[in-house]
Amino acid sequence: MSIQEFMQHLVNGTSLGSLYALIAIGYTMVYGILRLINFAHGDIFMLGVYITYYGITYTPIPWWLVFILSAVITGIFGLVLEKLAYKPLRSAPRITIMISAIGASFLLQNLGVLIFGGRPKAFPIPDVLSKTLVVGGVSVAIVSVVIPIITILLLMGLTFIIQKTKTGMAMRALSKDYEAASLMGIDINRVISFTFFIGSFLAAVGGILWGTKYPQLMPLMGVMPGLKCFIAAVIGGIGNITGAVIGGFILGLGEIMLIAFLPTLTGYRDAFSFILLIVILLIKPTGLMGEKMTEKV
Amino acid sequence: MKRILDRNQTRQLILTLAALAGLLILNLTLDSYKIRIVNLCLIYIILGLSMNLINGFTGLFSLGHAGFMAIGAYTVALLTIPPEMKEMNFYMKPILPALLNLNMPFIFALLMGGIMAAIFGFLIGAPVLKLTDDYLAIATLGFSEIIRVVIINMQTITNGALGLKGIPQHTNDTIAGLFGVAPKTNLLWAGVAAILTIYIMIRLMEGSYGKAFKAIREDEIAARSMGINLFKHKVMSFTIGSFLAGVGGGLLAVSLGTIDPTLFKFALTFNILLIVVLGGMGNIRGTVIAAIVVTIAMEGLRFLDAAMNLGFMTTPALPGLRMVVFSLILMFVIIFKKDNILLTTYMKVRARYAKNQ
Amino acid sequence: MKKTLVLMLSVVMALSLLAGCGGGGAPAESDVIKIGVFEPMTGANAAGGEMTVEGIQLANEKMPEILGKKVELVIVDNKSDKVEAANAANKLIEQDKVVAIIGSYGSSLSMAAGDIVKTAQVPAVGCSPTNPLVTLNNDFYFRVCFIDPFQGTVMANYAFNELGAKTAAIIQDVQQDYSVGLSKYFVDAFTELTGDPNSIVATVSYNTGDQDFSAQLTSVKGLNPDVIFAPGNYGESALLIKQARDLGMDTPILGGDTWEAPEFLSIGGAAVEGAVFSTHFTSEAPVTEVSEVFLADYQAKYGKAANAFAALGYDAYMVILDAIERAGSADSVAIQQALAATEGFVGATGNITLDENGDAVKSAVINKVEGGKFVYLTTVEP
Repeated sequence: MSIQEFMQHLVNGTSLGSLYALIAIGYTMVYGILRLINFAHGDIFMLGVYITYYGITYTPIPWWLVFILSAVITGIFGLVLEKLAYKPLRSAPRITIMISAIGASFLLQNLGVLIFGGRPKAFPIPDVLSKTLVVGGVSVAIVSVVIPIITILLLMGLTFIIQKTKTGMAMRALSKDYEAASLMGIDINRVISFTFFIGSFLAAVGGILWGTKYPQLMPLMGVMPGLKCFIAAVIGGIGNITGAVIGGFILGLGEIMLIAFLPTLTGYRDAFSFILLIVILLIKPTGLMGEKMTEKV
Repeated sequence: MKRILDRNQTRQLILTLAALAGLLILNLTLDSYKIRIVNLCLIYIILGLSMNLINGFTGLFSLGHAGFMAIGAYTVALLTIPPEMKEMNFYMKPILPALLNLNMPFIFALLMGGIMAAIFGFLIGAPVLKLTDDYLAIATLGFSEIIRVVIINMQTITNGALGLKGIPQHTNDTIAGLFGVAPKTNLLWAGVAAILTIYIMIRLMEGSYGKAFKAIREDEIAARSMGINLFKHKVMSFTIGSFLAGVGGGLLAVSLGTIDPTLFKFALTFNILLIVVLGGMGNIRGTVIAAIVVTIAMEGLRFLDAAMNLGFMTTPALPGLRMVVFSLILMFVIIFKKDNILLTTYMKVRARYAKNQ
Repeated sequence: MKKTLVLMLSVVMALSLLAGCGGGGAPAESDVIKIGVFEPMTGANAAGGEMTVEGIQLANEKMPEILGKKVELVIVDNKSDKVEAANAANKLIEQDKVVAIIGSYGSSLSMAAGDIVKTAQVPAVGCSPTNPLVTLNNDFYFRVCFIDPFQGTVMANYAFNELGAKTAAIIQDVQQDYSVGLSKYFVDAFTELTGDPNSIVATVSYNTGDQDFSAQLTSVKGLNPDVIFAPGNYGESALLIKQARDLGMDTPILGGDTWEAPEFLSIGGAAVEGAVFSTHFTSEAPVTEVSEVFLADYQAKYGKAANAFAALGYDAYMVILDAIERAGSADSVAIQQALAATEGFVGATGNITLDENGDAVKSAVINKVEGGKFVYLTTVEP
């Protein structure tokens, strides 16, 4: 394999990895506070993309504004989902709330099929984002550059919120010790709503960027990315945002390198993520950057 | 004179025979579309109970059911499809020579299906069962997907994405001949398997193992301090559950006559999860009822997908409405905690009629 | 324990009651002929199913009666799922009492119903499934389209003769028997044409639903083939081609009949310009007079140009009606025998003669994407 080819693979992998990272952040934030795997996260991602599609195609609003608006709308949607499907079950055993998450995910998927139709739609990519640069024999799509930059910017912004603001402190407190934090007078509902909003907002941004790179929209498009991004979050250490980003990159690069170096194993591409997950769960279940949690009786 | 069986057991025996007789009657009177549905109901009873054993009774949130069903299904298929049919199936890449002539009678193939699934259950369960709820769920889901991907890629063993066609069906020729009716799919295979499964579940749960499972579900740490070997029991529950899932998968394969990897996606696990949730986690009777109701409803609700004539207006055809309704039902049941809604409804009805006697 | 069994028993009894009043349904009205249609209206193959049904419905409007009786279509969605396909076929036969079935888009879905129609002795006509196994060994399954061994050869010939290609790379969807099968036939034909078994420089795979093909494409790019054959669903193929162009690959990319869908153009955008594929039909070069009428009717009803699948759906319906007429009866077995004898039937997609397997020996059309539209290139005779 030539250096050029390798660099190309590297670029591809980084691009894919940053998309995974963006979506993984949402998963990890929700899990950190609620200990809930939000199976519906992937479908919220799907929703964000579709809202953007309808926004650009059917309204005269300029595309960059549609991007922002649909991310906000999706954020609100995630908030509403939490109120309807997860809040009533906060005191229920974990299995129940997880089943609710799976049910919500399926409901969203099927609603997607019903409302958006089973046929794929083409994402309207703004012209400025569809160009490709060639740098030293390696093709770099503009999107491939934009995506990692936005991911890192958002990560920085999020870290700021979490470390330096009161709400962020409340989030950290809740994820450390749920009961103690609630006893300290923190408005749990507000913090959880905020968490879901941010998580869903990020999922929508991830979705929009995903759409610019892979412009095929299907109601079920969120399933595999959703699962893989959860795996990314676990690999990096669930509950840890930087870990989620790292996990995303590991997964993205790993997938691409697997196919690059072992092309006969291409069919196992999806299995790769799961195998990686199981290996991590068996060796270091708290993930690369996670902390050990003791279970109190 | 000492009775051979006590009262309880006599009752059980009579009821079992009655149920079998009932199935025989159905087999002879219904058309093949309805028989297919009944067959599916019986298979889902087995599958629902097998998942309930792991998830409901032992409290292990496993989402890997589709994977074990796949193993069972492919094992049965490979062991029962006649060699000429196999050659036709494997037209892209020839089958592994050792498998070509491997054939055995259905009953053994079915048992092998269960055993293969159980072996995998054991191998997967051993490392994975010490993880906590959420991680266990994702890990088992992961294994289910890995199994599916492996099946797609092992062209010489499973025929990959092409799937296997021509799985021999089993019709009730002899009995139909006696009554002069056209032979249909034999319900007795699934029927007997379902009855045996119910029986196994009941005996298991009444015994000491069952109590251990329930203890683990309620509070693992307390159970461990009571001296229950968590690991051994979890693995046992998981393995038995996988065995039954494999049997269910094998029966499904025969019922369909053709299988391919897309059959065993997560949606299949979701269907069974729906049954378990509706019937009540850890509730045998509930699962049986739920399995029957859900299977019939899946077919019965087809009308939601087509245009509906409501007398005063006609709604346009809305494909996909059926699944939306299903998901909504699951959500309602889960959120409003009526997780044995079918059972409580049934009991209310019974109670009401009991008073009238 | 006993309660469970009581329960099972009562349910079983209840079902048999159901059987009593539900079984058989309404007595078959003798003045309506029902034809069942099972196609994917939702799921991965929804687009193909929808297009096919549009054609069938157009045909039904065109010829709503035969033998003096009204023809009614019973349309069932098989959700692009095999279990549902089997159930759908069963329902059509048992509940709706159809005399013939049209369906399905997607060879694996058709195969799921294969044994059912065979046992029930109800003939089925597939519009577009191209895998040979659909009709092999099944006297009751027919199709109005060509099969993959032919299609693969067509594209291999095009690559070798028209493009002068000496080497090729295959990119296949390993989860679709259509893609794997068609690739194999292309490879067989191509290696025979070049006489060089190593002319296939690479065979890479992807999974249905994959969106990222950059790794596979980068590997192929390094091997520099003269042509790439990538038969797969239109969605994945469009993305694939787009990513290939983004990587700076200008290798010609060829495909099969699944590319004929408007989404291929909308998702692929400028990248799919120049893509060439084989298909059954083109609106630009009407093959028969029936084609011209069909094209005009389709345009009038749906306001857009007809596609191959609608045309095949149209033909499937017409072929069945023709068989009913020749048989002089609406009895399933009689229809099947008449279908088997179909010869030189003039349809919208060409002359249809069904061979001993029930396959149509037809010419293939090669289309190209030019100016954001499907443009006719040439016809290839079998």
